[in-house]
Amino acid sequence: MVARAAREIAPGMVVNLGIGLPTKVVNHLPADFPVCLHTENGLTGIGPTLPPEKADRNLIDAGGAYVSTIPGSAFFDSATSFAIVRSGRLDLTMLGAFEVSAAGDLANWRIPGKFSPGVGGGIELAQKARRVVVLTTHTDRAGNAKLKQECSLPLTARACVSRIFTDMAVIDITAVGFVLVEIAEGVSAADVVAATDAPLVVPDMPLPTF
Amino acid sequence: MKLPDKRRAIHDAIAEIKDGDTVMIGGFGVPGTPMTLIHALVDHGARNLTLIKNDANEPGMGIDHLLQSGQVARLITTHLGLNCNAIALMNSGKLAVEFNAQGILAERIRAGGAGIGAILSDIGIGTELADGKQVVEMQGKVYVVEPALRADVALIHADRADSFGNLAYVATARNFNPLMATAADCVIAEAERVLPLGQLRADDVHTPGVFVDHLTELGELSKEYAVVRR
Repeated sequence: MVARAAREIAPGMVVNLGIGLPTKVVNHLPADFPVCLHTENGLTGIGPTLPPEKADRNLIDAGGAYVSTIPGSAFFDSATSFAIVRSGRLDLTMLGAFEVSAAGDLANWRIPGKFSPGVGGGIELAQKARRVVVLTTHTDRAGNAKLKQECSLPLTARACVSRIFTDMAVIDITAVGFVLVEIAEGVSAADVVAATDAPLVVPDMPLPTF
Repeated sequence: MKLPDKRRAIHDAIAEIKDGDTVMIGGFGVPGTPMTLIHALVDHGARNLTLIKNDANEPGMGIDHLLQSGQVARLITTHLGLNCNAIALMNSGKLAVEFNAQGILAERIRAGGAGIGAILSDIGIGTELADGKQVVEMQGKVYVVEPALRADVALIHADRADSFGNLAYVATARNFNPLMATAADCVIAEAERVLPLGQLRADDVHTPGVFVDHLTELGELSKEYAVVRR
């Protein structure tokens, strides 16, 4: 699923990979792939993650991982960092999710009474990146669907998500709701329908697998 | 002519902070967090503070010391996810927390530092994050009003300074520091090195010294500045 999501990144893009699963996408890009990775705390041109003994104490990504620079990297303050996000310079962001609705609403920042650590830069990424895709397990640990007709949790942003990569499928969000695009090896379309808590359009044709 | 010397003993500078003050503190995680000034503020003991900081650091680090010493009544921030102590204080009602979208916090501070009263933004519209905020229509679009933020005191960490308080930052330790350095009535900076006038090239200055009131040079850095091994 992470490898499949990496193919979403086109040459020349400016991309922000959210904390968690999306960060792992970078491991599936060729070393010489032409892309500019952005992180909220003030860096474009993120280089490889470093182990503690090689780390620079002043060089982290927004998730706190010790990263490095590459030729052409730039540092800037937090206002400039979000000017990049809000002005439309970010071609793509990949985010995690608690819930995604059939209209592309995203909930990923707060579970009232359980988890409220704050929103960080998530709203601006979700609302302003030119394309927002989600990487998530298809269901939560208790087996509940994360893809729902309506989100029940507080929203991060409305109608922002274009595509969802899960361990079971690639699903697009369209004017008619969720549409199945690809399925994971060993998973049937019926399995995906059963694990999705909203109508899922299954095209009447063989679907690619990943 | 010669530019004034802003160097001052750290505890003399911190003594300007009063009970009830609003204090901006630079940093995003460890990089750029003025660990030494924070410890001096713990020693000083000012209470009922409002802190403005991107995050709450981690347990036993940075502003966690001020939270644990009970000096903070209110925290304006974006994310507390790496500090379970801060989340526990918030959930128990002992710490009032105002969450801002990260770039909006930056812009509110930038506005405060630029003498602007508020910014207009569409971030959070249609979610609970815009609840209760004033809304205006401008050029055919709907925006929420985000008031500018200023503080009584800002605590800043720089890599290099000169004796006038011109500051330069390194890597991702820049983050909120240059914004906060413009947005407080009293700006106190710690620098890893303080160079003689002329040794920090004018082109390399990130924060002009006119914004800085007091400057202190750090000696050997404490282990709180080091790479965190999680």
